[in-house]
Amino acid sequence: MSMITADPQDVPHVQSFTFAPEYLEKAKEQIAHYPPGRQASAVIACLDLAQRQAGGWLPRAAMDHVAQLLDMAPIRVYEVATFYTMFQLKPRGKYLLQVCTTTPCWLRGSDAVMKACRSVSGVGPGEISADGLFTTVEVECLGACVNAPMMQINDDFYEDLDEDSTHRLLEAFKRGETPKPGPQVDRQTSAPVGGPTTLTSIPGGAAPRDR
Amino acid sequence: MPKMKIDGIDIEVPAGISVLQACEMAGVEIPRFCYHERLSIAGNCRMCLVEQEKAPKPIASCAMPVMDGMVIKTNTPAVKKARNGVMEFLLVNHPLDCPICDQGGECDLQDQAMAYGYDRSRFHENKRAVPDKDLGPLVKTSMNRCIQCTRCVRFATEVAGVEELGATGRGEQMEITTYVHKTLSSEMSGNIVDLCPVGALTSKPYAFNARPWELRKTESVDVMDALGSNIRIDTRGAEVMRVLPRVNEDVNEEWIADKTRHAIDGLKRQRLDRPYVRRDGKLKPASWGEAFEAIAARLKDVPGTKIAAVAGDQCDAEAMVALKDLMAALDGARVECRQDGAALDASVRGAYLFNAGIAGIDKADVILLLGTNPRWEAPVLNARIRKRYLAGKVKIALIGDTPVDLTYPVEHLGHGPSTLRDLADGKLAFADVLKGAKNPMIIIGQGALRRSDGPAVLAQARALAETVNAVRADWNGFCVLHTAAARVAGLDLGLVADGGIDGIYAGGEKGDIEVVYLLAADEVDTKRLGKAFVIYQGHHGDVGAHRADVILPGAAYTEKPGVYVNTEGRVQLAKRAGFPPGDAREDWAILRALSAALGKALPYDTLDQVRQRLVKANPVFGAIDQQAPGAWGAFGRSGDVAEAAFVSPIGNYFMTCPISRASQTMAECMANRQPQAVAAE
Amino acid sequence: MLNDNDRIFTNLYGFDDWGLDGARRRGIWDNTAALLAKGGPAIIDEMKKSGLRGRGGAGFPTGLKWSFMPKEVGDRPHYLVVNADESEPGTCKDRDIMRHDPHMLIEGCLVAGFAMQAHAAYIYIRGEFYDEAVKLNAAVRQAYDAGLIGKDACGSGWAFDVYVHRGAGAYICGEETALLESLEGKKGMPRLKPPFPAGAGLYGCPSTVNNVESIAVAPTILRRGAAWFAGIGRPNNTGTKLFCISGHVNKPCNVEEAMGIPLRELIDKHAGGVRGGWDNLLAVIPGGASVPLLPKSICDDILMDFDSLRNVQSGLGTAAVIVMDKSTDVIKAIARLSYFYKHESCGQCTPCREGTGWMWRVMERMVSGDARIEEIDVLHDVTKQVEGHTICALGDAAAWPIQGLIRHFRPEMERRINESKTRRIAAE
Repeated sequence: MSMITADPQDVPHVQSFTFAPEYLEKAKEQIAHYPPGRQASAVIACLDLAQRQAGGWLPRAAMDHVAQLLDMAPIRVYEVATFYTMFQLKPRGKYLLQVCTTTPCWLRGSDAVMKACRSVSGVGPGEISADGLFTTVEVECLGACVNAPMMQINDDFYEDLDEDSTHRLLEAFKRGETPKPGPQVDRQTSAPVGGPTTLTSIPGGAAPRDR
Repeated sequence: MPKMKIDGIDIEVPAGISVLQACEMAGVEIPRFCYHERLSIAGNCRMCLVEQEKAPKPIASCAMPVMDGMVIKTNTPAVKKARNGVMEFLLVNHPLDCPICDQGGECDLQDQAMAYGYDRSRFHENKRAVPDKDLGPLVKTSMNRCIQCTRCVRFATEVAGVEELGATGRGEQMEITTYVHKTLSSEMSGNIVDLCPVGALTSKPYAFNARPWELRKTESVDVMDALGSNIRIDTRGAEVMRVLPRVNEDVNEEWIADKTRHAIDGLKRQRLDRPYVRRDGKLKPASWGEAFEAIAARLKDVPGTKIAAVAGDQCDAEAMVALKDLMAALDGARVECRQDGAALDASVRGAYLFNAGIAGIDKADVILLLGTNPRWEAPVLNARIRKRYLAGKVKIALIGDTPVDLTYPVEHLGHGPSTLRDLADGKLAFADVLKGAKNPMIIIGQGALRRSDGPAVLAQARALAETVNAVRADWNGFCVLHTAAARVAGLDLGLVADGGIDGIYAGGEKGDIEVVYLLAADEVDTKRLGKAFVIYQGHHGDVGAHRADVILPGAAYTEKPGVYVNTEGRVQLAKRAGFPPGDAREDWAILRALSAALGKALPYDTLDQVRQRLVKANPVFGAIDQQAPGAWGAFGRSGDVAEAAFVSPIGNYFMTCPISRASQTMAECMANRQPQAVAAE
Repeated sequence: MLNDNDRIFTNLYGFDDWGLDGARRRGIWDNTAALLAKGGPAIIDEMKKSGLRGRGGAGFPTGLKWSFMPKEVGDRPHYLVVNADESEPGTCKDRDIMRHDPHMLIEGCLVAGFAMQAHAAYIYIRGEFYDEAVKLNAAVRQAYDAGLIGKDACGSGWAFDVYVHRGAGAYICGEETALLESLEGKKGMPRLKPPFPAGAGLYGCPSTVNNVESIAVAPTILRRGAAWFAGIGRPNNTGTKLFCISGHVNKPCNVEEAMGIPLRELIDKHAGGVRGGWDNLLAVIPGGASVPLLPKSICDDILMDFDSLRNVQSGLGTAAVIVMDKSTDVIKAIARLSYFYKHESCGQCTPCREGTGWMWRVMERMVSGDARIEEIDVLHDVTKQVEGHTICALGDAAAWPIQGLIRHFRPEMERRINESKTRRIAAE
């Protein structure tokens, strides 16, 4: 039986929230992208900023602040915040491990990536690891399918993973390092392993341009 | 006018309507859940799918505008299959709890499942469980039953103007909620129960009380405000089980306010069900004869000048004309209907009506609110102003105390008479807005009139209306918004006394008035009646009864047939849904009986005769359901005005009359809504 | 195989500089003013002649779509909206354009926006593409600074603004009207049509929503001529196309190829072949998760274009080729897609909200075999009850993969149910 969650009563109570000056400036920059009176268009951007300021999740106070800033009814902001998956409605670990498990990634071993995440973090999906570092979630296709399996760690994509490389990656995070995003095998972005089959006659197309 | 063919029927329809509406015009019924003619189109339930020739897939008829040459089929196997499919989907996660669901018997889903449902389920998975929401004392939720049609969300957002209800989450996890566990801050929230096509939102006070087929339905008129909302009173035996709206496009469309719907439990509490006579300082039960004797004894040899009568805010016209006649028989004793002391002028009908009519709001392009908070004084009328606002191209301004959120933007011009004067003198920019309006509307609340400078304010308002050309042959935008259901009929009967209610108080305090007859008048300041002998005729043990020397138990509005005239001057008939409790009687009949006991028998013995008398007193009473226009003339009195702000007469929406004050539901609403709906008095 | 000279995306893999210098070396922003000088109607005409069909999945002719915009600008401004909400499982081509050649998209915005008399373009990029949004924003900044866009774009006298708008995680926002709702700050729930965006789109103004790839190729088409583009591929399926090859191939990759390339050639030449060889192929989803899968027998000689794939009851979609070898639990592969659609349904209309969950749950039982044979027909019936009955195409997209599975792998489904029954009986 599926039960609906994300009730604001089940999360830590945050008394108040206001944008710090640098966040407010960014918010205003976003609002300026839209015609006068259309400031609601910036709601996603503002919620994203609020989530960043609040430490990776959206307390209700932050949503209310965004509603006020954009002159929106709070319920309209709650609707948006609960509709889009990038808004976290409860606290999470320092590193949000979003493992894509949709078919293209699953075909290439996303189960092993999930297994590695559980093994390193010591907790299951949605929970925060004891050291506060990791929360793993299964997500839907992140749009890096030719580099499957992959996961997004906070803002960055880590691609072409397997169980071992996932282990290595997370251990590096544990050590406080920030491993280089992108393919974790020897490969240029979305090109085939071993080098492109095309663009070989184009300077800079299949290899770095000679300078 | 587009021509189209619907199920083989050729029909010409107005441009701009939907295919669904066109089908209805052609007499073809289209099932629907999300579609509601007074809400925006959502097109989400997909029940109204029909086939359109040359369209690759079925279309949602509610959302598709008609086009010339359209060929629509609603009775094909494909349409049937589509609807069966939608019905099956609606039912897969819908609980099988009809036997314990209050919507049972009047459920759209139940009804349409009879036509489109399969007789067995092919769904073998677990059903979805959705937590119930706390929407306060009026609306009970059972969210497992919700079919996500979003009617309630659209009502709250569009009609009620409280953007507090939404659909959070997505997909099968989408749920209707306020998200923050709060009651809707609307005075019209009960309507979402009517709108809910399933049993997700039901009436909390009515929960598990009755089945629709047990109820006797009586068409009547509401008296909780002066709008005269058309209602249906559902009774079982003597008990009023619930009140629902009836459609009247000119009055309440199909909405009613929460007090109209939910104050009815007050009908069961604090009722006066037998006469009382005060003996040795205490009210003692008495027979009708004893009560009449006590009155006759006290009235003996009292001259008419020392007798005053006050008609209450929810009186029917029959009772008021009987009171008027009785007082006239008592040596010309005075009768007053303006309990609140409003400076209403009964001599010119146009001076006290909402002349443009409630539906006239739809046509107004500039609206000035003068000393009124329509949201609390007449929520349904306020919703109409909001509707006008949503339609666009209207300016709304207010002169009065700082307003609550009226659910539409209002330009706050100032607080009191000086602002009105400046406006009338053309000193404010808004004066030009009013002058430039095609149909300017000035809504004058009792807050502007129930003050000592009321006559001067009234005169100013008239002057302003005339200055801005709001009073013309084709339009009268001078609109008085009453709060008392009985008031216009009282004025139509001329129940005004020199000196008004203050004169009666002065007389009472000085001892010039020895007997006061309160006809269900519970808004009087009884402390100011001095030592007067008080006869209270009414239905509740409220303010008047506590002060009374003799109590004559009358009937509440659901318990008697009666004529009411609403704020726009529309004469409407209330019908009896049940009988008053115990020894209580219809009010005109009590007055008629008393008149005989006093040896001044009134010349009518039946309701018909009373009504004939009414029409004789004022022909407007003969035109039932009509809004007789008010004549225009000079009224008001120039004079000094005070600086004090106009303050709405309603400080607490939920308790404004003996019935609502006795209502536990209203008390719960009040507790739930502190401090929003209850301003500091 | 397509000649490198005919490839549009010459920095597809990001070996070269993504910034303005690199872009200029690759011929982007080369006398764009001359393209604009052709005038809007001529540009639209040229696009029509090129035969370009929308690269976002539906394959609607791009030039024709542009021509739906009002000819005169009334009191409502026109908008160009670029759909960069790339979320169709298997698809990751727009990402490469935005991170490796963002100027190509920005130049395309100017050309397309100018042709439709829009002064502003909003690029709606899926929120997860953080790095891509950073690069795109930087490129937009570069373009402003170089006067390529802004008050006088490329010296053409046409004022043109480009804004990057990040989404926040919702597949449905790839549906054009849901995207517009989201862009307006609401939940991404598809709108009822009519009205169509060209009449009332963003903020109720005339708007056109195009996929990133469709917009990005426009300047090259105009530079090299409609005839050049139309000369590649097959009639009604012209030009080059970015393909994404994922799943059980030896070398998954993105590649630009001619429309109509045989599937087998695409996989063998560019993706290192099917894991274990062609004969180890079980099935291919040829156009992203929404299109029905094809068994090997069809894959053997199918051509990769809109019409060829439609003729075998599938579709080119986004040209995202998901390859499954014989080790694949194909029922599970499709069940996972069913979960995807259940997760991504916006919840607005009944058949999709209720149907996607139902279909997924039945599919999960099909994976384990915990079902009755008749339920395959019930499942098929349910997909038919969803298909065509919803506001947007997500319902169809959820239905088709299952229909494809039943069409081509029914024996496997039955086998699994029977096996499960046998196991249960044996256990008793």
